[in-house]
Amino acid sequence: MAEQHTGIGISIRNLYKIFGTNPEDYIDAVRGGMTKAELNDKHNHVLGLKDINIEMPEGGIQVVMGLSGSGKSTLIRHINRLIDPTAGEVIVGDEDVVKMNETELREFRRRKTAMVFQKFALLPHRTVLENAVYGLQIQGIPRKEQEEHARRWISRVGLDGFEDNYPNQLSGGMQQRVGLARALTNDAPILLMDEAFSALDPLIRMDMQTVLLDLQKEIRKTVVFITHDLDEALRLGDRIAILRDGEVVQQGTKQEIVLRPADEYISSFVREVNRGRVISVDMVMTPLSGEPQGMPIRQGTVLEVAAKKMTDTNVSMAHVTDRDGKPVGALDIHDVISAMVTPVDHETADSEAAVA
Amino acid sequence: MDWLTTFPHLNDDALRALKKAIDGGFRDFTRAYGETIETMFEPVRWFLIYSERFMTNTPWPLILLLVAVLVWIASRSWKITLGSIVTLLAIGFFDMWDDTMKTIAMTFVCTLLAIVIGIPIGIGMSRSNRLQAIVNPILDVMQTMPSFVYLIPVVMLLGIGKVPGLLAVVIYAIPPIIRLTNLGIRLVDKDVLEAADAFGSSNWQRLKDVQMPLALPTIMAGINQTIMMALAMVVVASMIGVQGLGQPVLKAIANQYFTLGMFNGLAIVGIAIIFDRASQAYGKRLQRHLEVVHG
Repeated sequence: MAEQHTGIGISIRNLYKIFGTNPEDYIDAVRGGMTKAELNDKHNHVLGLKDINIEMPEGGIQVVMGLSGSGKSTLIRHINRLIDPTAGEVIVGDEDVVKMNETELREFRRRKTAMVFQKFALLPHRTVLENAVYGLQIQGIPRKEQEEHARRWISRVGLDGFEDNYPNQLSGGMQQRVGLARALTNDAPILLMDEAFSALDPLIRMDMQTVLLDLQKEIRKTVVFITHDLDEALRLGDRIAILRDGEVVQQGTKQEIVLRPADEYISSFVREVNRGRVISVDMVMTPLSGEPQGMPIRQGTVLEVAAKKMTDTNVSMAHVTDRDGKPVGALDIHDVISAMVTPVDHETADSEAAVA
Repeated sequence: MDWLTTFPHLNDDALRALKKAIDGGFRDFTRAYGETIETMFEPVRWFLIYSERFMTNTPWPLILLLVAVLVWIASRSWKITLGSIVTLLAIGFFDMWDDTMKTIAMTFVCTLLAIVIGIPIGIGMSRSNRLQAIVNPILDVMQTMPSFVYLIPVVMLLGIGKVPGLLAVVIYAIPPIIRLTNLGIRLVDKDVLEAADAFGSSNWQRLKDVQMPLALPTIMAGINQTIMMALAMVVVASMIGVQGLGQPVLKAIANQYFTLGMFNGLAIVGIAIIFDRASQAYGKRLQRHLEVVHG
């Protein structure tokens, strides 16, 4: 069985996308600071993406989050150039996707990327197995090999026994498993997931997130995941970029985004987040002074789990240990609990008073 | 106030001169190129004669068996297969077997020709809005122009016989297959096409693996329409020498033979129903994967 390709990095630099009849005419004006509203009102062109710079490290899950109309689906389509940018670079590995000719681009899409779609986009006239082999079939791989790979991934996403069913016979969650199997069978280093789980109901969505996280431990691909759901972003994302009106308003790890939201827009999202499940003990521990006290807690443990452990054993102090069990910091139950509680700023206090 | 009551028109002399010039021009054209064009159609004529000979010279039980097998393969329905056999037996019993075979051969060749020409045109139209804008009005003309009108130049060019008849039938019957191929491909789900692109399909792969299979049920509806229209043209085509069920109908019209006309008319209806049921059942089977829905 072939070795799975692990991911390659993606670097998006100064990417602009203007929709309209003559986008090139306005690119300089937009670079010079023309706003989206002005471009739309005066010139009837729509600013889709503005000066996007994102470094997506290899083998990690990069989430791009934004509400509808924020440009997130446009952005992901620039990585395999289903949409052509107006200006900018998309560097994958050491190639610029924007500069590829048609043949190079086709080859790039076949070997380097695989995509999962919000509306599944399965071939309705093909069975699950025939859908899964689609990417390999296009590459011209021998049929026997196609099926071998496809069957493995169909089984891996939990669709054993459904190989000969048509997509229409499956539930939404199962159809998206087929979409995932089709993408994984392609064995490309980059996995593009465009709101892949948004059309599923909440329990199935959680289920699919778990499937993805489990798989990712094994395949270590560069995953670009688009979502409008912050909980999903925080659950899946190694790194998160938040998009608004075609601009990146903040990017970083989930802890950075929860603890230090860049502006009021992001804090309004983050306010609803269960911080105990996102923030890890690393962020609240204090430097060790003297002997480590209380119970050991591993680095990377989230606050909720740490608080439970500490209250269960009825201690108020603990120490944080690294992978090898070496103590690296001290933990106070007061700090843990206060970090879990959402900080109340003046505006929220006012609005809560108004609601009450 | 004369101009109010009579429409101001081209004066008679000018009009006559114009018609004469066009007729003369076309006559010269047919004299110069008529033979060349006739040789161009030689393979089609050969094909027509061959299939007609096959249908009339093969012993009738074999033809019956062949039709039954083909209908079964297309429809997988005992009812339709049995119906076809009974219809053909009745046709034979009333001594219309030979004419019916000739009509079936003609319809078969015309439909095949219409498919071979029509589907590529339909595919072309689906890929280019400009081509669609050009072809659509031509199809409108082909469908609404009284068939007798384009029989005139066809007969002038090729004389009387099978090939001009075939041309008339194909012109009349080809629009639905072109239109529905175009429509079927244009209606293919954009999301699925995007997926095909995202996995790196070439244009040909996208057409072959995604667009054509998904458009096939619509295309089948077009083929069905084309067959029906080809059968409807059989009587008109008999006026320019096409043999088959149309000839006796023509004779019946001229001599007011009510029963002769009725029998042959019903025979046309009979084979039309066989073609229609078989091709529709086949089209439906192509869509089976859409019928079984989860939940």
